Amino acid sequence: MQYSEKVIEHFENPKNIGSLDEHDPQVGTGIIGAPACGDVMKLQIKVNDQGIIEDAKFKTYGCGSAIASSSVATEWIKGKTLKEALAVKNKDIAEELSLPPIKVHCSVLAAQAIAAAIEDYRKKKKGH
Amino acid sequence: MNLPIYLDYAATTPVDPRVAQKMCGCLTRDGVFGNPASTTHQYGWVAAKLVEDAREQVADLIEAKPREIIWTSGATESDNLAIKGVALFYQHKGKHIVTSKVEHKAVLGVCRYLESLGFEITYLTPQPDGSIVPEQVEEALRDDTILVSLMHVNNEIGSVTDIAKIGEITRAHHIIFHVDAAQSAGKIPINLKELNVDLMSFSAHKIYGPKGMGALFVRNDQPKVRLVPVIHGSEQEWGLRAGTLPTHQIVGMGEAFHIAKSEIEQESKRIANLRQRLWNGLKDIEAIQLNGNLDKGASHLLNVSFNYIEGEALIMALKNIAVSTGSACTSASLKPSYVLKALGLSDELAHSSIRFSFGRFTTEAEIDYTIHLVKEKVAELRNMSPLWDMYKAGINISTIEWGEH
Repeated sequence: MQYSEKVIEHFENPKNIGSLDEHDPQVGTGIIGAPACGDVMKLQIKVNDQGIIEDAKFKTYGCGSAIASSSVATEWIKGKTLKEALAVKNKDIAEELSLPPIKVHCSVLAAQAIAAAIEDYRKKKKGH
Repeated sequence: MNLPIYLDYAATTPVDPRVAQKMCGCLTRDGVFGNPASTTHQYGWVAAKLVEDAREQVADLIEAKPREIIWTSGATESDNLAIKGVALFYQHKGKHIVTSKVEHKAVLGVCRYLESLGFEITYLTPQPDGSIVPEQVEEALRDDTILVSLMHVNNEIGSVTDIAKIGEITRAHHIIFHVDAAQSAGKIPINLKELNVDLMSFSAHKIYGPKGMGALFVRNDQPKVRLVPVIHGSEQEWGLRAGTLPTHQIVGMGEAFHIAKSEIEQESKRIANLRQRLWNGLKDIEAIQLNGNLDKGASHLLNVSFNYIEGEALIMALKNIAVSTGSACTSASLKPSYVLKALGLSDELAHSSIRFSFGRFTTEAEIDYTIHLVKEKVAELRNMSPLWDMYKAGINISTIEWGEH
């Protein structure tokens, strides 16, 4: 697959690899995808008292564009409110990385992972 | 060391310089450019002589008669001519064909087409090591079976099928036996005097000859196999394959087979050692799986699944080596390798597979570099894999309910 330079840059130097403590009430975790499909994305956010995402981490099993999409997604949502983060659309990620059409689903996964992490965080908040 | 290191010899090989040199002599005005079918002048005669010399060279490697070699544009065309040719010629005897699930697309595509014409195909499921055993073939035969078509060496995992035993069975039942030998010719000795194989497909570019060139062995007596041609036109190749013979390509294939004949023994030993060296270097990596059989497989190929890593990502990370993967992510279909799936591999392991294949120009230094690079990149990618974390935490990922996507 011929990828854009941006995909290769994010793949070779991915930002925000790692894990946050999923039991921390300030942390929301989203896991999206399935091993059989070749993609599993785990995206975590840490939200401060002001409702700002102060940290985001990911771990991704998947192809180069899935890893690059995770890297871009975590970069973009850091410093944003939950509402702003939810406004990050897969289309924006796909455009940023110039993903080939067959790889657009990787950006969809990244957007879904953001939404899942936020939902998990909100559920935790309600439970308190 | 030239980077990226080429470890995709099962896909294609560079033309041997000795082959290229011969080919160059058949192109320009000062060379043998004539049409081998021109029987009226010397230009044609000289070209025809080179074509026949090459036919002998090809026949020589596989212990066939030159008369039994039909030039084609490659193994795909050879497979088409063999299978369609037999099906159409012998359809009055029956319309059942036996093949396997791990054949090359050149065979499976033809079989699908024949199904649309009313033929019935039995697709055998391979053994876990990828081979087809004689008992399976015998069980699948019916009164209306006219053809068995199997590959000698599988192109993805290197498994070797016992074509000698299977040939005995098909011969006893008077059923035609076609073998695709694209991955075995020049690597494993083939003796068509002894083998009960009736049709055999060959490719030039898998053994240091040019692309776009192949041959089909068609047994000419005991039994004489008849075919309906796929390409109609003039009378070249005893009416079995029309079209002007490409002298330079044919000369290249001849020379490539000639070199293979003289170097096969030494070369296959050296390549087997390289493969063993690679496997020795990789085998201690945690959670990997060898696909195929190291002892019984063809020596030029090693297929390994690196669990919890996706194959395309690994290939990107291994940009300094040129290899291929059974992962879906490099294919347009987004489906993982049908060959690995037929062996019973899970989708995950099929997605995680890498095929290393070596050849004439592979060196020990290249293998050592590869071992080092693979180890480093596997560790890096596992460090970013959520599945690896789960595995390390003792979670069995197959028990998790994953969403669809």
